[in-house]
Amino acid sequence: MIRMSQSAGSLAVREAAATRESDAIAVERVLAGDRDSYRLLVERYSRYVHRLAYRLTGNEHDAEEVVQEAFLRAYQKLEKFEARSNFGTWVYRIAANYAIDRMRQRQKEESRKEPSDPHDLDGGEQDPLAHVVDAGPNPERLMHSVQLRSRMQQALNELSYAERTAFVMRHWDGCGIEEIASVLRSNSSATKNTVFRAVQKLRRALEPFLEAHPQAKALGTER
Amino acid sequence: MKHFTEEELISFREGDVQQEQRIFAHVAECAACRAELNRIDAVLKALDEFSVPDPGSDYELSVWRQIAPRLPQKRVRWRHSWFEPRRLSAFGALAATLLAAFFLGRWVRPHSPAAPDPLNAQQVRERVLVVAAGDHLDRSEMFLVELEHAQPAAPGQKVINISAEQQRAEDLLQENRLYRQTAASEGDAGLASVLDELERVLVDIAHSPGEISPAQLQSIQKRIESRGILFKVRVIGKQLEQRPQRQEDAPKAAPQSNPVVRERNKA
Repeated sequence: MIRMSQSAGSLAVREAAATRESDAIAVERVLAGDRDSYRLLVERYSRYVHRLAYRLTGNEHDAEEVVQEAFLRAYQKLEKFEARSNFGTWVYRIAANYAIDRMRQRQKEESRKEPSDPHDLDGGEQDPLAHVVDAGPNPERLMHSVQLRSRMQQALNELSYAERTAFVMRHWDGCGIEEIASVLRSNSSATKNTVFRAVQKLRRALEPFLEAHPQAKALGTER
Repeated sequence: MKHFTEEELISFREGDVQQEQRIFAHVAECAACRAELNRIDAVLKALDEFSVPDPGSDYELSVWRQIAPRLPQKRVRWRHSWFEPRRLSAFGALAATLLAAFFLGRWVRPHSPAAPDPLNAQQVRERVLVVAAGDHLDRSEMFLVELEHAQPAAPGQKVINISAEQQRAEDLLQENRLYRQTAASEGDAGLASVLDELERVLVDIAHSPGEISPAQLQSIQKRIESRGILFKVRVIGKQLEQRPQRQEDAPKAAPQSNPVVRERNKA
């Protein structure tokens, strides 16, 4: 950004200009032939979509593919985007749908292969220590935290793609049951049941460890 | 006492409000269900701590760089280009001013029976153009002054994002086209000529890359300076400000012989 000399007046003008640069205008401009306006939408929502993609796929490589594919598909379908809708929500759903297809495909591929290492399902994170932000002074607590993150990763990987999607959308992103149901192409009642099964499986996988190590926290988020 | 099932407690913990009141009341009384809910809560709280790795500070830019070459150019549909919101609003503003001119002309006519009608209508139209174009020129002048004095936010900055300035240039450009066409159709060649020059400068800015180097910014500033557009905008703006006064001084002059228009056309 550049600094303007008439600071007070230009600030108000620039704020107004920034407000005008809403999603709807950016979409209109792209549809009018200005491809570079799409950059605004990519820059505004790519981090948000990445968070979802990483939680759904469990690894950086697949998450990256989901983010790029979601924005490409959104661009291709932009004529169908309704101006009143929220572009972020729309691209989020496209990403969730693509991630489900990707996970389904990955499950098929995995089922054909012999499982080599039960702790390395889905090509998940190889090095939990990569997420250490503040390991803290206690080596025992550090070790438990590494173990907890690894168990969480494993437990999430053991969910079906529908369970994982339902849990991520409901628990982490606070989506409504109807919205999750539409992504899963299911009904509300079945979706509620899917969320329940996901939490139940995660509980079975993590509760014994948490009860044995009540101070453990997943690495990378210790405050 | 009937206890709640695991499914009911998980649904409650995950935001299902159907049985919220009943579950609240029950867990306050029932130690077994309270303990069960606490265990579910502990697992979900632990999962809350499961972080997503930070993809990096320039992640947004890297996504754009990855996908930009794969985006096909959209085929422009006429309805999208003509019904674009900002274009519609600019047309709306122009239509409103023309309507106002029409009704003002009709309202003025009975109060001045001696004045020739075509002259009044012409004067009113021109006054509307003067007011609207004057406002546009003021905003354009402010924008050009800001851009001429703009500098990188930090001394060593290598890339400057001018996307906000491009947006403003684009907005001004849309309005400028309409005023230029109106001025030309009103026979105001002087105003139309300055607006034409202003349009070229605005096109230049609007079509620059979103991110430029300090040297490119200086180049844009030099181009603005060398064309002398800021001076021309100021001069024509001043003339427009004085114009209503002069028109009142010479109300009966024919439109073709309007001294201000004639003077500006000469310039």
